[in-house]
Amino acid sequence: MTTSSLGTVTEGSIAQPDQHDNLVIEAPRNRRKRPSGNRSKTNFEMYAWIFMRMSGLLLFVLVLWHLLIMTVLDGGVQKVNFAFVAGRWSSPFWRTWDLAQLWLAQLHGTNGLRVIINDYAERDGTRFWLKMLLYMSSFLVLLLGTLVIFTFDPNLT
Amino acid sequence: MPKAPAGTLYRGREGMWSWVAHRVTGVLIFFFLFAHVLDTALVRVSPDSYNRVIDTYKTPFVNLMEVGLVGAVLYHALNGVRVMLIDFWSKGVRYQREMTWAILTVFVLVMAPGAYFMTKHTLEAIFGSAS
Ligand code: HEM
Repeated sequence: MTTSSLGTVTEGSIAQPDQHDNLVIEAPRNRRKRPSGNRSKTNFEMYAWIFMRMSGLLLFVLVLWHLLIMTVLDGGVQKVNFAFVAGRWSSPFWRTWDLAQLWLAQLHGTNGLRVIINDYAERDGTRFWLKMLLYMSSFLVLLLGTLVIFTFDPNLT
Repeated sequence: MPKAPAGTLYRGREGMWSWVAHRVTGVLIFFFLFAHVLDTALVRVSPDSYNRVIDTYKTPFVNLMEVGLVGAVLYHALNGVRVMLIDFWSKGVRYQREMTWAILTVFVLVMAPGAYFMTKHTLEAIFGSAS
């Protein structure tokens, strides 16, 4: 056992820079002491990993179809205006579509950025505050977007 | 900085660069989504303020950036499928390099007509309409 800035780490789970030939990559299913010292007792990272793939699959259809309709077909973005939005959102189908798209994309993107912050922000304080900023802005975007879809008024002047 | 371990799937060549591009496009799309929810929220303020902000999307310069954004989303989506095939398809790792070239081919085939229709109006405005 050694101690690093991450806490207690089992020997052999860390790449030795001078031993390229016998780099050990542990089988993922082997249970070992977590580098963060058992702070996390849940499988959050595994569920996040699965969520990235499930949401990615759904977003593939939702987002690409959205872009095709809004930016390519029928004059592209030139046709888009308030009346066009009112026409689409008169249908519960497209409101549901846009709501699902909003939530999946925002959560998928937020988790993606969480991973990226963990990768690059090395100081604990920096990591913490960047993630707080991320979660706050995501919360606001989800709240605002959801409110707009549910309270849209086609007769607004 | 510790030295990177040798022998990873992600070191160098197509495997690494497709990952870099996936990360860069993911961040780009995320920030655009933030702006996009805000501009769409103007439909709740007034039709006029929404139309004014959407009109900026119709200008030649922003129209060009739109092609870049759609390209970023398309790449990220196609490469996301490649990542999932690497994860779940038994031959995925073996064919990861071939899949990179396959998605780039699909990318070009979709973007060529896509970019044309996206910028049709802008092109006609700049070079004059045929009709
Ligand atoms: C259109 C369909 C999409 C698909 C198929 C897709 C697929 C994926 C997959 C499978 C991953 C995980 C990659 C990994 O674990 O190595 C990922 C990561 C990511 N995605 Fe998406 N995604 C899509 C849309 C989006 C959207 C709309 C956003 C932004 C709001 C986004 C932002 C990100 C970010 C920031 C990451 C993290 C990148 C990284 O860690 O390097 N994606 N995507």
